[in-house]
Amino acid sequence: MNLEEYKGVYVFAQQVDNEISSIAFELLGKAKDLAKDLSTDVTAVLLGSGVKELADKLAEYGADKVIVVDDPELKVYRTEPYAHALASVINKYKPEIVLVGATAIGRDLGPRVSARVATGLTADCTVLEIGDFPLQPIPGQEQKHNQLLMTRPAFGGNTIATIACPDNRPQMATVRAGVMQKIEPIKGAKAVVEEYNPGFTPDNKYVEILDVVKAVTDTVDIMDAKILVSGGRGVGSPENFKILEDLAAVLGGTVSCSRAVVDSGWKPKDLQVGQTGKTVRPNVYFAIGISGAIQHVAGMEESDIIIAINKDADAPIFDVADYGIVGDLNKIVPKLTESLKAEIAAK
Amino acid sequence: MKIVVCIKQVPDTKGGVKFNPDGTLDRGAMLAIMNPDDKAGLEAALRLKDEYGAEVTVVTMGLPKAEEVLREAMAMGADKGILVTDRVLGGADTWATSTTIAGALRNLEYDLIITGRQAIDGDTAQVGPQISEHLDIPVISYAQNIKIEGDSVIVERQYEDRYHVVKAKMPCLITALSELNEPRYMTPGGIFDAYQKEITVWGRADLKDVDDSNLGLKGSPTKIAKASDKVRKGAGEKVVLDPDESVSYIVDKLKVKHVI
Repeated sequence: MNLEEYKGVYVFAQQVDNEISSIAFELLGKAKDLAKDLSTDVTAVLLGSGVKELADKLAEYGADKVIVVDDPELKVYRTEPYAHALASVINKYKPEIVLVGATAIGRDLGPRVSARVATGLTADCTVLEIGDFPLQPIPGQEQKHNQLLMTRPAFGGNTIATIACPDNRPQMATVRAGVMQKIEPIKGAKAVVEEYNPGFTPDNKYVEILDVVKAVTDTVDIMDAKILVSGGRGVGSPENFKILEDLAAVLGGTVSCSRAVVDSGWKPKDLQVGQTGKTVRPNVYFAIGISGAIQHVAGMEESDIIIAINKDADAPIFDVADYGIVGDLNKIVPKLTESLKAEIAAK
Repeated sequence: MKIVVCIKQVPDTKGGVKFNPDGTLDRGAMLAIMNPDDKAGLEAALRLKDEYGAEVTVVTMGLPKAEEVLREAMAMGADKGILVTDRVLGGADTWATSTTIAGALRNLEYDLIITGRQAIDGDTAQVGPQISEHLDIPVISYAQNIKIEGDSVIVERQYEDRYHVVKAKMPCLITALSELNEPRYMTPGGIFDAYQKEITVWGRADLKDVDDSNLGLKGSPTKIAKASDKVRKGAGEKVVLDPDESVSYIVDKLKVKHVI
């Protein structure tokens, strides 16, 4: 493998129902930074059926070039035709970096493609930067420059590792939603659009989709939420979560909860934050009536802003909160909702 | 029907995490459990065995002590256990792990391979799909409801806001979510039987069609540049105010941070 042949930062531009997923714009934002450090450009890879007109949108968010694979086989996501399309693009265009969203699609597509093109893949990265590997020179070992350094949490958030892929190309990473920043869209921006079709030959790996069932209730995955209003046992009852839901509604946020709440049967497991639940990193995390056991903290401490409300001044949640309020949530939360309603209405 | 379930012994992260000097995990120094998603995958296999009749083989790759999870799986009802262990396999990333397990699975007959979605130590969710790629069979990740119909498997494949009902011809690989089911307990008879059964131990030489360059630390494309215990964020401000003041305090902070 001649590593020098591989150039450019590529982003898998995920679309669902021919609508580009937010993660694609976030990845483009990051790709622009990386491309600048490498003096190269940003290419979005758009796979789907009837998706060509989405290319301009990708240009507005930072793509210099868009490679479109448009084929009826790509109408609804299936591992094989998508893996074939993306792997074919990689083999033909030879990018040095490929970024994929750590979504339910990307975490299936990424590993399959990385195995097909025989390179490494680092999952769920939270920091991506260009640097040297090894980080410090080691006698007798070549120090490679301009490497993608991929940082990710592991062990339920207990550790953090920085990983490189020095001898294989492309360097591939999946990135969690909500971690990277999109750029302010550049209205009217145009990208070079290139259509490419590697040809699709259905076989056993082309699975059959019998039905697509969209969730009708509470569709927001707490991992995607920008604002989480999270309640613990201190909320007192399942009925009392209403005051948290009202607060979340005003802020366009989502309600989540601690393990104690799930164990009590007040809320379903998919709303649980923590080591045995989900790891979240919203812009704002309200911890309301949550004491802050280490297992809970492991799942939310990466949040940008943590606001804790608890009547126990010694609750460990205050050790990680940016803003801690010692007080009665039943008195504070409804008033807070009203006050925010007024603030937002005044804008 | 023959089902192979890939399971992993993982450090119970509640017990703290320890590293070797080279930045890889010191697994020997931590408490070990069967990875929860893998256990759900095993349970799914055992339910298929109950319903349709099947031979369930569990395979694990790890240190010799990983035999413990094979015994546990057999005590739950798995028929056979295979331990893949060899010094040269150590320090593998997901690529080198998947080439190793694929090399082991090439020795076996299977209609269905079930892996957990992800392990709680690495959380990558990569090894299952990568094994399927090496074996050139379909993969259905994030599986919820598994049914068999003739020579096909029908599965609910979860996405963020929907699920697809997917039909795939066997052989096929499925990755299971721990939400899939409530795994059964080991039975006393099962535990007794599990310790009577032989566990097959395979080393490097038993792996089929795998090149040395794809194994272990050396065969791993990804390299650890740095690993560390996470620096915990320190506490911020803590205030004791009456409810109205508390509300103004929070609203001010949200304004300063441009949340509203």
